[in-house]
Amino acid sequence: MTTYLIKGAAIVDGSATDLLIRDGVVAAVGRDATGRGAEVIDADGLVALPGLVDLHTHLREPGREDAETVESGSRAAALGGYTAVCAMANTDPVADTAGVVEQVYRLGRAAGLVDVQPIGAVTVGLAGERLAELGAMATSAARVRIFSDDGHCVADPRLMRRALEYVKAFDGIVAQHAEEPRLTVGAQMHEGDVSARLGLTGWPAVAEEAIIARDALLAEHVGSRLHICHVSTAGSVEILRWAKQRGIRVTAEVTPHHLLLTDTRAESYDPVFKVNPPLRPSADVAALRAALAEGVIDVVATDHAPHAVEDKECEWGYARPGMLGLETALSVVRSVGLSWDAIATRLSRVPARIGGLTEHGQDPAPGVPANLTLVDPAATWTVDPAALASRSRNTPYAGMTLPARVVATFLRGSPTVLDGKAVR
Amino acid sequence: MIRHLLSAADLDADNATLVLDTAAEMANLAGREVKKLPTLRGRTVVNLFYEDSTRTRISFEAAAKRLSADVINFSAKGSSVSKGESLKDTALTLQAMGADAVVIRHSASGAPHRLATWVDGSVLNAGDGTHEHPTQALLDAYTMRARLGRLDGLAVAIVGDVLHSRVARSNVLLLHTLGARVTLVGPPTLLPVGVDAWPAKTSYDLDAVLPDADVVMMLRVQRERMDDAYFPSVREYSRRYGLDAVRMRKLPEHAIVMHPGPMNRGMEISPDVADSPRSPIVEQVANGVSVRMAVLYLLLGGQHK
Repeated sequence: MTTYLIKGAAIVDGSATDLLIRDGVVAAVGRDATGRGAEVIDADGLVALPGLVDLHTHLREPGREDAETVESGSRAAALGGYTAVCAMANTDPVADTAGVVEQVYRLGRAAGLVDVQPIGAVTVGLAGERLAELGAMATSAARVRIFSDDGHCVADPRLMRRALEYVKAFDGIVAQHAEEPRLTVGAQMHEGDVSARLGLTGWPAVAEEAIIARDALLAEHVGSRLHICHVSTAGSVEILRWAKQRGIRVTAEVTPHHLLLTDTRAESYDPVFKVNPPLRPSADVAALRAALAEGVIDVVATDHAPHAVEDKECEWGYARPGMLGLETALSVVRSVGLSWDAIATRLSRVPARIGGLTEHGQDPAPGVPANLTLVDPAATWTVDPAALASRSRNTPYAGMTLPARVVATFLRGSPTVLDGKAVR
Repeated sequence: MIRHLLSAADLDADNATLVLDTAAEMANLAGREVKKLPTLRGRTVVNLFYEDSTRTRISFEAAAKRLSADVINFSAKGSSVSKGESLKDTALTLQAMGADAVVIRHSASGAPHRLATWVDGSVLNAGDGTHEHPTQALLDAYTMRARLGRLDGLAVAIVGDVLHSRVARSNVLLLHTLGARVTLVGPPTLLPVGVDAWPAKTSYDLDAVLPDADVVMMLRVQRERMDDAYFPSVREYSRRYGLDAVRMRKLPEHAIVMHPGPMNRGMEISPDVADSPRSPIVEQVANGVSVRMAVLYLLLGGQHK
């Protein structure tokens, strides 16, 4: 295993230092760090972050390998500065058995570009009717701790209560896709001025907020951990703030696109901007940014959702919801003003803790696993969909110039990205 | 002139007035023995209809033929579309055939906008989902102007299922552009969230609006909306928002009653109102051809490859 000496990287307290990486761990930190025969990486002017951790990734394998595979998604993640991603369960077949989560886990190990931590479905086939074998997934080789029917809400309150209770046996957490389905029948975009004008069926904010309020109360009642996926409204922020003040064990994520883009993007009717939950008005975007700064929202998660061209090059109403995120997340959150320390907290330290990924989310220190990424804070780049590593092209940022570029990523001491390029 | 007609908002007051004035000239043609102009000879107009709408398709077909264009009717049923061809592939096919204009009717809001990104010719929105139907608004405005002599300052009440109505959206935009004052009337369930941002007033009380209206436009209300709890029953809807002879007496003498068709007689409009001389509903059909001739003429007339 090659030893690396990273010279002159700014760690998140702002000071420049050297990092010696040997045998998969950070062996030494400081200007006096030296390693005989080490390959030197000039990191002058670069920022060293703990490797990013995504709690919400769709890798599409098994089932839609035309849109993404575990390998292509892992490569996209590494290029985005990630060292771990949590793979959502809405594959085909659904990841609702130990067999499927182990398959995804092994594909991740084989690709070897990031740690792929499978998420297990809460209910069989995501159908919302009966619990999947959560314990079998927890004790499988994939050691599943996060369970989610993402893409669908666990809408039945009794079933949700049971899921929250049941996962306590193995310190699990239920990640809820908060969407009251009876309020979003046929919904295409945020319900408001723009949907009224465009004649697209509205997705009201209350459909999200009602479920978050209900589930926070359920989590309190049964003393469980609850995680809310892709929070998108100002009202949700208020409910989360209230729940946290009450001591309810709830955490929440926001996506980069909900921090940057608004519902007016739908005016083009280009389904690259169709996503679930939908893009919201600017007042919601402002509230989400403030909530992230305040800590009411705990993490940024990508909801990376690759889709084949034919599922996006069509009428808005027929298109599948979702957008790419792994390769742009760091730059997007930087563009909305997050400090490097806030990025380390919201995209690495806290998501690693929520997901129970103990090898990740740690700042470089002697003895910690060498999962880290080096970022050029001064670089800018223009998003070219064709140049992305994902198999799909549905980025909403095409043509946008964004700040900061990932230069190198290390997974347990081995580079997955060097000079801004994937090593394989 | 604009290249596409996707929304009534694409027309400013000058262009909208030009369309109506040109339509008036086209209407004169209808009285002649030979009803044809050579204006669009050699040009190809495709009617691309993903929804059954014989009325609108025939209107566009007649309009294009009277301007001597070659007309191709491309109905989604029984074509490659029903075999799963995408809108984009269909667009590229029409492009390869050299379509100068594509008239599209589609159940998905925004389909004409998508089409316009894939073809070089003009795209005319002939009704897209619950979004817009701009030529319907033009023919309605034409009819109002013909009957009442002006549009500026007219009080127009649009009544019924505004939420799902492409006719209402286009009419609000166009009538506002042309200086009319629009009031949208219906049960709160059938007025969209966000309607406050439209250049129109809203009311839940039809009886209160009628005495000051110059025009009442009754929208078609599908009975199935009842199943989604938009209103409790057909009878209750009809009682609160239907226009019958008794209610019509609240209108000023000069006021007219319009309906974009097809009508649900006995639901939003009673048969005696529909058939009264104050309802230019059949006139609307004839005006439709003139207005569509004007739009095709103005969008295509100036262009030569």
